[in-house]
Amino acid sequence: MAKPFDIRKQTGFTPLAILCFVLLYLPIILLVVYSFNAGSSIALWEGFSLRWYASAWENEAVQAATIRSVVIASAASALATTAAVLAALATTRVKPWRGQGAVFALINQPLMVPEIVTAVSLLIFFAMIKVQTGYTGLWYLILAHAAFCIPFAYMPIRARLQGMDLTLEQAASDLYATPWQTFRRITLPQLFPGILAGAMLAFVISLDDVVITEFVKSAGQDTLPTYMLGQLRRNITPEVNAISTALLAASIILVVAFFFLSRTRK
Amino acid sequence: MIEIENVTKIYGEGKSAFRALDDVSVTIKDNEFFTLLGPSGCGKTTLLRTIAGFVDPSSGSIRLGGKDILQSPPYKRPVNTVFQNYALFPHMTVAQNIAFGLEMLGKPKREVKATVEEMLELVRMTPMADRQTGQISGGQQQRVALARALAPRPQVLLLDEPLSALDFKLRKDMQLELKRLQTETGITFVFVTHDQEEALTMSDRIAVMNAGKIRQIGGARDIYDQPAERFVADFIGDTNFLDVEVLEITGDAARVRLAGGAETTARGAAEAGTGMGAATLATRPEHARLVPAGQGVMEGLLSQVVYFGTDTHYHVTLADGAAFTLRQQNTPDMAHAFTQGDRVGIHLAPGVGQLLKD
Repeated sequence: MAKPFDIRKQTGFTPLAILCFVLLYLPIILLVVYSFNAGSSIALWEGFSLRWYASAWENEAVQAATIRSVVIASAASALATTAAVLAALATTRVKPWRGQGAVFALINQPLMVPEIVTAVSLLIFFAMIKVQTGYTGLWYLILAHAAFCIPFAYMPIRARLQGMDLTLEQAASDLYATPWQTFRRITLPQLFPGILAGAMLAFVISLDDVVITEFVKSAGQDTLPTYMLGQLRRNITPEVNAISTALLAASIILVVAFFFLSRTRK
Repeated sequence: MIEIENVTKIYGEGKSAFRALDDVSVTIKDNEFFTLLGPSGCGKTTLLRTIAGFVDPSSGSIRLGGKDILQSPPYKRPVNTVFQNYALFPHMTVAQNIAFGLEMLGKPKREVKATVEEMLELVRMTPMADRQTGQISGGQQQRVALARALAPRPQVLLLDEPLSALDFKLRKDMQLELKRLQTETGITFVFVTHDQEEALTMSDRIAVMNAGKIRQIGGARDIYDQPAERFVADFIGDTNFLDVEVLEITGDAARVRLAGGAETTARGAAEAGTGMGAATLATRPEHARLVPAGQGVMEGLLSQVVYFGTDTHYHVTLADGAAFTLRQQNTPDMAHAFTQGDRVGIHLAPGVGQLLKD
């Protein structure tokens, strides 16, 4: 019997794989290492210290930006996930209809349109509303984030719905459950891991956004990423490294939490 | 009583239109174990799903207890289904699955609890009540699916090939179990299967379907002994088809001449509507017997002998080249006189062969 093709046996595979991983992770490792630098340079190592974590923790601008980021990300991901659940139901639980493909493309449009275009258009659109209403609060940012988070929330939810056994819903309806009871008692609990995945993805995407936020935000509405960008323009200290490392840790915790949540659900 | 009248279901349009059900009419009586039997694609599952409410027929009517049910959605029809893949709710326990229908009907908590316990007992699953459905075997899932569908006491239980995923031994047990449940509950069972043996052992009546039509309805014995047409004879059990010439008809009986020139008697002449002349005679393998060459009504070469334990199958190539199969029980006193390659004769029991319209 001929041996099956094994890519690991090809010459140069192992060094190439290692090189790829090094290129991917070396910059992040350096960033994490220098967040513990005792000196105030992001390139010269002067010993271990937690001073930049302490400094970031006590920095009121960082505190305000963090709270703002979490508020926006929570509200935006909640809105986006709700819209995504409805959109996913409407594109998987109905008879095929004309224009379904077009709607699918429209839902995923934020993935295709260059982010800078969305940012500029939102800037102009919101400026018009600001002139009319005078409202300058956080809702512009929340709505903008919700809009571009929808496809990220939509994809895992739709995948889960498509993978779901349709006879379960038929069985429920056969057992006297009305369409709403079927959704509430059968579809929704089955869909929950997908919703959780979608919401977490939307949350992380929102938390991390720079371009659209930079264009849409009013004065004094810095989120954590735009605050960091602003800091980089002035004097760079390892405080930025410390904030980045904290963000990294938060997202790793989210991913791990999701992994275990989705495993126990099965 | 389910009265199905002129039900037709057409999928698609124009040239690609497919008639899954073609003008089907049948009345299923109360407390009956009624089986829809046919090859895959014959329309049996479509008919079942039409009763359940998952398929809207293109035309026709279905009445349950005198009331038209076609306008009602599935959740308003007093019928429950046992699905082929069981469709147990994976996020609920065994007991929660069984309680689901009762809860949806708004039964009081105490009644739900009592019925669930009764159902668990009925399908012998009481020790498994709190298990997740993923933690029980296929046979047990089967029982839970049955209990869940029986719990709301439907007027009719629909079963969509529920035994097809079980192994041979378990299937045998479940056949008896289903029959027992039907007798004990007195609920009408409509059972869909492609397995003729399943149909013959459990059913009060069987409807044999092919290409969207019901070809014959009758008890197991009627269908097996007196198939109405070639498809039914071929699909149910093994059948030898012989070209014969009808010489004389007396009521349902007929005198026929076989290809070799010998004569025998057959039945079914009236029902099949055969006149004089060429016709097809269907005989079962167990209705013929091997005899030494020259003593039977037909002659041939014994081409293959297959031992099956309880019986032996003999494959004979007749003089005109046609194949003929015989089945003989292996009894201790049986003489194993015939071996492969022998010239043999075939004796047909007179009057048991069935004439078919072709």
